[in-house]
This record gives sequence, structure tokens and C-alpha cells, in this order.
Amino acid sequence: MPLYAERPPLPSEDKRWRIVNGTMRKHGYSRNALIETLHTVQSSFGYLDEPAIKFVVRSLRVPLSQAYGVVTFYHFFSLKPPGKHTCTVCTGTACYIKGAQKLVAEAEKRLHIRTGETTPDGEVSLATVRCVGDCGRAPVVLFDGELSAQMEAPRLAAQLERWTTQ
Amino acid sequence: MNVEELQQIAAQAQEERDKFDYEVNVCMGTSCLSQHSDRIRDAIAKEAESCGKKCHVRRTGCMGPCAAGPMVLVEPAGTQYGHVREGDAKDIVSALGGDPVARLDPRLGSYFEGQHFVVLENVGHIDPEKVDEYVARGGYEALLKVLTEMTPAQVIEQISKSGLRGRGGGGYPTGLKWDTVAKVKGAQKYVICNGDEGDPGAFMDRSVLESDPQRVIEGMAIAAYAIGATKGYVYVRAEYPLAVQRLTVALREARRRGFLGNAICETTFSFDIDIRLGAGAFVCGEETALIASIEGKRGTPRPRPPYPAVSGLWGDPTLINNVETFANVPPIIRHGGEWFSSMGTARSKGTKVFALTGKIQRTGLVEVPMGMTLRQIIFGIGGGVPDGRKFKAVQTGGPSGGCLPEEHLDLSISYDALISAGSMMGSGGMIVMDDTSCMVSVARFFMEFCMTESCGKCVPCRAGTVQMYNLLTKICKGEATRRDLDQLTELCEVVGATSLCGLGQTAPNPVLSTLRYFRHEYLAHIDEKRCPAGVCECSPAVEVHA
Repeated sequence: MPLYAERPPLPSEDKRWRIVNGTMRKHGYSRNALIETLHTVQSSFGYLDEPAIKFVVRSLRVPLSQAYGVVTFYHFFSLKPPGKHTCTVCTGTACYIKGAQKLVAEAEKRLHIRTGETTPDGEVSLATVRCVGDCGRAPVVLFDGELSAQMEAPRLAAQLERWTTQ
Repeated sequence: MNVEELQQIAAQAQEERDKFDYEVNVCMGTSCLSQHSDRIRDAIAKEAESCGKKCHVRRTGCMGPCAAGPMVLVEPAGTQYGHVREGDAKDIVSALGGDPVARLDPRLGSYFEGQHFVVLENVGHIDPEKVDEYVARGGYEALLKVLTEMTPAQVIEQISKSGLRGRGGGGYPTGLKWDTVAKVKGAQKYVICNGDEGDPGAFMDRSVLESDPQRVIEGMAIAAYAIGATKGYVYVRAEYPLAVQRLTVALREARRRGFLGNAICETTFSFDIDIRLGAGAFVCGEETALIASIEGKRGTPRPRPPYPAVSGLWGDPTLINNVETFANVPPIIRHGGEWFSSMGTARSKGTKVFALTGKIQRTGLVEVPMGMTLRQIIFGIGGGVPDGRKFKAVQTGGPSGGCLPEEHLDLSISYDALISAGSMMGSGGMIVMDDTSCMVSVARFFMEFCMTESCGKCVPCRAGTVQMYNLLTKICKGEATRRDLDQLTELCEVVGATSLCGLGQTAPNPVLSTLRYFRHEYLAHIDEKRCPAGVCECSPAVEVHA
């Protein structure tokens, strides 16, 4: 019996697993590469599901509990798949002063969901973020990661309209 | 690499520059880039080519006045253009060598008056992805000087003499910190650059990393030499993709030129840097939490001592400084500690970069000498409050800081003056509020932030922030009594005194400072069930400001 279990095979043929494996290899499968690897999984797959986390913990020999602790601790990681589009409203201080709450309310009203949820048809996810650093042109909204500054409720509504009626 | 080779790189870069009659610098920081300044650059380059003008079109980092973006700076005339669109390329190119395009005047007024660039000295003049352009402006001279002419003790002496204090907010003397780590014995030491700019409403570190990443790398290398470290990490927020990308390229370029790696500049000194991405946890700005995060764990702080200087990353001696602190190091070495200490106030030396935002005419990034008054920054540089509104408060220090009212506008900025006024320097966010902001709901906003960002390790912070948030909500809804206010004040004291780390210890600050200066607003909510600014739930029908 080897002292340690063998590294697990890639979960599927999906090429994205090789990218994930590449990150772990770059760090010599070291345990402290956990967060870096999870970042790669999230950027490749959009979220972290159970098979992905299990694959990572077996490869890095980290207890599953520790990985779950890390995933739930950091806001950046998501356990749910995102919608086809994401609308992320910045709620940093500068955006708050310039009325980000109104934008959040507008988006919730238009999409009939609450922040952190995805529309039932899986089209649009609504999220908030703590400052993307474009405070000079607050308030700021990210549409599918693209930054739109000096946002107003009608413009936000128009963009959401385009997504939902497509 | 030796002095001659460094000069040769600089000369080559200069020669490259001399081939052109004009330089058109296009801002490609996050803010301008989101307005497609890359297309503007391409359009100008194409236009210049077609009309045969010898013009070098360059991508640069953030030039400061974000609200006037996308920004373009034309050299050697020094003309600035604002709100540039792709269609303006033709006019900009044909105006080269003649009168500037009047309609593109950014109308910055006194924005640059009184500003003094040390950290931002290269901004708008170099391409952040080209190491040679940094060298051409005196980059890596300091590292070479340190490696060939100075002992580690002499380096620390210069930093101590400069009076530089930590720019992340705490204001701990940098020289003293370096000295402590240098004196600890250890085979392996680490240098960490804290780029986890968690303060919502601040973007100084993002801008520095995007615009001049080599400066931070050089500062870290000098620190590594001074304390005897061989390995460094830059911890950057994942919310700053452009900063991460620019830094990645900068590290590769620095390695290519031999400023990082083994036997740097033909000496026995070796040093390399890795990037670690944050994952959206404010508490990771705290040094012990940041270390835990680099180790791949949950970012929870631990009691100090032992300080990271003694037992840090993987138990080894570790030096942690903020991005802006490292960015100040190369000029200090180049010009000497005394030069740096000639700027600023008695106990706060040098300059400070602020992110000026909120209800203010000209938002953006500014760098001013310590000792300047808040009034000069807000009304001089920033142009005051727009739309004929009245200034109400300025918030500094983020969720750990406080709100200062009009009476304190003549306060000259220094670490100590801000603390005695009930706020703090923080990392440099400066958010201006006008009379449409309710100070109770601002306090509640920060408390909600601290509540969700509390890591949950110690009880005072975990439970206290929730209780304070509930009390503030009660006040906002007009359901609170005077007794609730007393309880809130008491909780502030307890949480501040008993929390484990800085997050909890300073979480009550926004409440305490608003209670100190805007107590009448709290009382209006409690006694009259009325929100003076008309924003809270207790007075939805009252529209004070139509």
C-alpha cells in the first residue's frame, strides 16, 4: 500500500479539467494551492460543484471539510451555477452614496428575484459586489463582467429587458 | 545588470522616444478602459499613420481625473483632453503641433493645483507593461544602488530617516517594521505586499498596480534585500482583473530583464515574487488573516503576538506592507530619506494618495503632501459639492474610519490629526456626502458591511455587529427609544475594546463619529420619528429635497 492515495483521474474528458490540473501541478500539488485551484475551477466552470471540489481535495490531499470551509468563507466562490447572464451591482461606499440601493431595487423588481438568485429560466443572475474600484464614476454595474459606470435605473432596466426578451 | 547596462536600457528607450515628434498617451486604467479607451488608442494610431505625423501612441495607467475620462495626454505640449470618443481621433491628430481641440478640454480647473506626485510620478507617461519605459524614468536605479553600494542596515536607516509610515491605514513606522524583521533570525523570510484593498470606495492600490507595477516590484525587492528575504507574494483582490493582468506581465518583464530571479544584477541576492488572488473577504486585509489566506485557509486572524515579523507565513519571519508603502520606497532610496522627510507634517511624512469620490465635482485619484487641509482637497482639487447642494460630511478610513463634518474641514491631514478627530487615515478613500445623505443610514451601511464581513472567530465582533446593526435599523425605521441609543453606545465601547482584530476593534468607529458630530440626526429619528435627509424608512412621505 502506498503511504498516500494516488492522485485521482480527471473527472471527465472535459478539457477544462486539464487547466485545473495545470494549476495544481504548477504549485506542486501543494496543500496551500487550494484557493488558487478553486479560483481556476470557478473561472473555468463558472461555479464550484461537488464533483469539482472532491476532485480538488483528493488531488491536493486536503480534508473535504477544509475545502468546504474555504469555499463558504470567501464571497467570490459560488456553489450554484450562474445564469446565462449576470448583473452585478457594486455596493461599495461611493456607489452607496450615489444610490446603488435604488439600482438593486430596480433590478430585483424587473427580474422578480432577490440579490444572489437566478431567474427560474436560468437567464439572469443578480449579484452585488463590494467595490470594483471605479468609484470615481459611481454608481457602477457589471453586465456579464463588463463595467458600466454612472448607471441610472432606466439604463439598467433597458439592459435587463434586452436580456430577458432575447 | 550593472549601472552601464541600466543606463543603456534607459538610453535605448529614450532613443525610441526621440524618433517621434509627439506622444499621445491614452489612459487605459479600469475606468477609462470601460469606456473603450483601447479603441480610442487604435483610432488615434491609425489616424496618425494615415496623415504621416511622427506620433507615438501609448497606453498608460490611470491619470487621475476619472470623472473626465477617457483621458488623453499629448506631449510635449502637455495638453490634456477629456471625454474623448473614437470619433475625436482625427481632430486630436490634426491638432498636434497646433492649438489644442477646444471642445475636448477636460475642464479640470484647479484639479492638479497643490498635488505633488511621488507615488504617481510616472502616471500618464509610461506603458505599465513595458519595463524599459520604467527604467527610462529612473526605475531600478534604486535597486541597483542598494545592491551595489548599501548594506541592508543602511537601507533600513534611510527608510527610518524618511519617516515613512504604513500607507495601508495603521500608520506603523515602516523603518521600524523592517528593522524588526531584519533582526529576527531565520533561514527563510518572506515579503508580502498587501493589495487586498477591501475598503469599499477606495482604489489607490488598484491604480498603482495597474499604472506602475514595476515600482511596487522594485520596492519589494529593496525590502527583501534589507530584511534578508528571498521570496515575495503580492496578494491582490480578484475583483481587480486588470491589476492582476498588468502585474503578471510586469513580473515576467522584470524577470526577463534580470530584476527578479537568481543573482539579481550580478550579485548574490536572489528574490522572486508570486501573485496570490484574494477571494472577496474584507478581513483578509488584516495581516494574520492575509497570511492564513495565502496558506490556502479561511482568512481568519489570530491573536498577536507573535507578530508576523517573528512568526508569519508558514511560521517564518514575514514583512507585510501595503502597495503604496512599497511604491514609496524607490524614490526614498533614490533621493535619500531626508528628501522624503522634508515633505509633510512633523509626524506624517511624504505624500498620500487619496481616492476622491462621492458627491463631488471632480472625482478621481489625487496625491497630496501630508498636512494639506481637507478643505483644500475637497473644494480646491475636487471643486466642491455639485448641483448647488450643501457639504455635509467627508468619510475617510472606510468601514474603520469616521465621518467628519464641516467644522473639521480645516483639519490638516495626518495620521494623528485624523485619529484625534474620530476618524482615521485608512488606505485613502475619501467619500464626500452632501445634505441628501442621512448619517444614521450611512452608519448602518458600514455596520452592515462589518456584520457580513466579520469572520466569526471572536464573539464581540460576530455577535456585536449584528446587535449594533439591528439597533441602527430600529433607529432608521423610527422605532427606537433613547434607551436603544444608550445601548448602542455601550455596545460600541464593548466591541471596540474586546474584539480580536482590527475589523472588530474599529467597526464601531462610523457609529461613534456620527454620534459625535451628528447626534441631532439620531435624535430626530428617535424623538420625532423623522429622517432629516428624507432617506430613511421612517419618513417615506417627506421629500425634503425635491
